[in-house]
Amino acid sequence: MKVIKQSPIKSAFTVLALAFASSTTMAQELSITVTNLTQGLHFTPVITAAHASDNQLFMSGEMASTELQSMAEGGDISSLASMLTNADANINENPAMGLLAPAMSASFSLTNDSANTHLSLAAMILPSNDGFVGLDSWKIPEEAGTYTVFLNAYDAGTEANDEIRGSGAPGEAGMPVPPPLDASIGMNGTGVTDMESNNKVHIHRGSLGDDNMTAGKSDINNSVQRWLNPVAKLTITVQ
Amino acid sequence: MLTFITPKKSTNKLTLQLLIASIFTLGLAACNDSDKVAEEVVVVPVMPEPPAMEYSYSITLTNLTYAQPLSPVAVALHGDTKMWQVGQPASVALEKLAEGGDNADFIALTTNMATISSEGAVPPGASVTLDISTTEPMATYLTVATMLVNTNDAFSGLTGVDISALMLNQERSWRLNVYDSGTELNNEALGTIPGPADGGVGYDAIRNDIDLVGYHSGVVSTDDGLSSSVLTQAHRFDNPAVKLTITRTK
Repeated sequence: MKVIKQSPIKSAFTVLALAFASSTTMAQELSITVTNLTQGLHFTPVITAAHASDNQLFMSGEMASTELQSMAEGGDISSLASMLTNADANINENPAMGLLAPAMSASFSLTNDSANTHLSLAAMILPSNDGFVGLDSWKIPEEAGTYTVFLNAYDAGTEANDEIRGSGAPGEAGMPVPPPLDASIGMNGTGVTDMESNNKVHIHRGSLGDDNMTAGKSDINNSVQRWLNPVAKLTITVQ
Repeated sequence: MLTFITPKKSTNKLTLQLLIASIFTLGLAACNDSDKVAEEVVVVPVMPEPPAMEYSYSITLTNLTYAQPLSPVAVALHGDTKMWQVGQPASVALEKLAEGGDNADFIALTTNMATISSEGAVPPGASVTLDISTTEPMATYLTVATMLVNTNDAFSGLTGVDISALMLNQERSWRLNVYDSGTELNNEALGTIPGPADGGVGYDAIRNDIDLVGYHSGVVSTDDGLSSSVLTQAHRFDNPAVKLTITRTK
């Protein structure tokens, strides 16, 4: 909660004003659990933010910011974190201390300032070129209680879904493959496609994959590393 | 493009309310002089027909798919009815929309009280905003429908959603899943898909699928092993396909 320095008389008025105002003007304590609902995808470090209603982490139908692109192509949330911090958001970074494995959960607390009425979340999904799980500006309820929100997988629209090993750097082709995933991802794929015809953030069409770990079009395993929406569950308890 | 239906019950209802209100007001005014109460109450002024209340909405639809253009979007306001239901056969109007992207019959359904269609298709990643107005007080249910044109008979939308509780400037959003009209086999064959992936036939009166509306299972595509498919991996999709937002503007 923000500290307000004022004269005693003014403070009295402030107290009165607060008494009349709705609970939206108060800071809230949130307990949040994010669950990876898939059986074959890993999430890179998750970033969660409570922010003002006019800020957005991403918008479907709009182009991704470069900050979002870094997260979606390489799992790097540092630039998103600085953007959010500059916008006075309350953020939580990397609650799983690394990858959030299939069917696993991570829990954390978040205290949001009175102006930060909306919640957003993002994490890259692996294996993918620029896929991410996202929550776009969910209005935090005023009423205490436990709320459940299901999240979809998006495509940032910034990189062709070639589905082959490559780079996690923004603007570079291919999928990043961190060591824990190395054994489960194929190699020598020739590439599913080299184009991205939709440069807006959109719902991910899913990976094609193939059943050949040493050749074929894709380095993604078509019977394991697949999904249908929703891919994550968010449980939010407003204290 | 707006179709207005002249109000029927609305004016009568409003007139009655205004009459009651005027009687009440007169009664209150008359309290100052109790002797004249009875006399004044029987004098009911002839009320002019009040102007019908108009309701306006702004509807924004975003195409969330990677490569499925959406056919011209049909929006309708109507009474308490659903234009399709899972487990029921599709109407011919819906079949024409879902197989060929042609919403003319769907828009023309006699149950509609106000309608509008987008000018053209909505490309992937694009949005369209449509404004719709009605003076019909019963027109408090919303239907929106559009075809995913690079499919045999997939469509997205919602139907018969009660919007009567929407306050002025209040908005509601939905993320919409994909239905299969069940009227055409999902063979993805050359000549059967009206979208740019094929340029084939849209509506065909023959129903060769299960003839029940259900949720769509997605397209297979030639890249994923349906060798006779004209679709590629790019045409695959997952739910939701559409983001829809309605705002009451009047």
